[in-house]
Amino acid sequence: MIDWAWIGSHLGEIAARTGEHVLLTVIALVVGFALSMLLAWLAWARPRSYGPITWTAGILYTIPSIALFALLVPFTGLSLLTAEIGLVSYTLLILIRNIVTGLQGTPPSVVEAGLGMGFSDREVLWRLRLPLAVPVVISGLRVAAVTTIGLVTVTALIGRGGLGVFILRGLQRAFTTEILVGTVVTVALALLVDSAFVLAERRLAPWVDRATVR
Amino acid sequence: MSGVFSDLIAYLADPNSWTGQDGIIARLSEHIGLSVLAVVLAVILALPPAMVLAHRRKGSVLAVGLVNVGRAVPTFGVIALALPLCLALGLGLGFWPTLIAMVVLAMPPIFTNTYTAVRQVDPAVVEAAEGMGFTGRQVMTGTELPLGMPVIWTAIRIASVQVVATATLGAIVGWGGLGRYVVDGFAQGNDVLVLLGGLLVALLAVATDLGFSATERLVLPPGATHRDRGELATAIGHG
Repeated sequence: MIDWAWIGSHLGEIAARTGEHVLLTVIALVVGFALSMLLAWLAWARPRSYGPITWTAGILYTIPSIALFALLVPFTGLSLLTAEIGLVSYTLLILIRNIVTGLQGTPPSVVEAGLGMGFSDREVLWRLRLPLAVPVVISGLRVAAVTTIGLVTVTALIGRGGLGVFILRGLQRAFTTEILVGTVVTVALALLVDSAFVLAERRLAPWVDRATVR
Repeated sequence: MSGVFSDLIAYLADPNSWTGQDGIIARLSEHIGLSVLAVVLAVILALPPAMVLAHRRKGSVLAVGLVNVGRAVPTFGVIALALPLCLALGLGLGFWPTLIAMVVLAMPPIFTNTYTAVRQVDPAVVEAAEGMGFTGRQVMTGTELPLGMPVIWTAIRIASVQVVATATLGAIVGWGGLGRYVVDGFAQGNDVLVLLGGLLVALLAVATDLGFSATERLVLPPGATHRDRGELATAIGHG
């Protein structure tokens, strides 16, 4: 059922497609995270904007990526920009919500202690709230990364490469091995990245009690 | 840029675009029909085992693992793999691979949220029900299910939006639905069809989401407060 010889002779292409896949994912996450930090900071500074921001991000999240690609292609073509607009817009809701939740989650006693030590509101935000929000922010990044890695397979449809190329080509040639390679490597990549974030969280937030946080 | 829009409006103004075997109405009802069927099947398959496992307080690793793996598996891969499976089973192209893939996609969130919902029911309430002489089955259907309903409803909403979105890819394995416009449009280099398909799928997904939000109140148990519901929905919601 699985054509191992085909896999053996295509290791080079599998590595190259994985590289494309990682690059598409990294761009989406970096841009998505930067935008989300900006919007979360805006929501924090102007609480009234939180509703409209999450509402807009929610609509973008609900619009299926394939539909968004279809809506963009007539204007931005089969380009990297089309792929990234779709991917980035999908990360915003998850990231903004987790960043804001993280900032809100600082124990009042910690804030009080900071203020008692003479911290300004700005210092409370940057030196207490933000570092303490790291675990929640990272769990948002985990969900965003895993979701994006899955979504990147669809970008093969607009000719941007990645592991979805194997799935698409396997479908066109009715060749199960190729579809399996595309799917299994994508899942493996997602699980690998997810574990990397877990390790990063342990390094960046060593104070979290692992027994209570899943 | 404006050319595509005026072409699209002209396409929409033509009554022939709406009627007939491959008209908008037919494509839309195909899309909705398969999505409803897939979600109903997923509920039938995923909800009872989740309820029984949660009632017996077993299988928490399965519930957490399923949603994580479910998120990592690319939907495009599932639908692509359903095709050779259906061909091997003699079910053919199109409808069956799309339906099977959609059921597989919808099951993890429904299973996990049902499990979480039942586990979150206050043990004192369950004990009270048992004290009143409820059997295990009565506790499940009369106590745990209604109290867990808001969280289960959120899962059905998430699954439905995801199915409506992903059923678009069914056109790649030879099915109809709204994805036909996107895939045919790509193949023919016809931007109007691509735009039309994208617009219809986006509208249907947003309408599905809003429809579930609007009916959420109807499934809320009389005893639960608005605040409870909101907190649960955000806690479980989009992860």
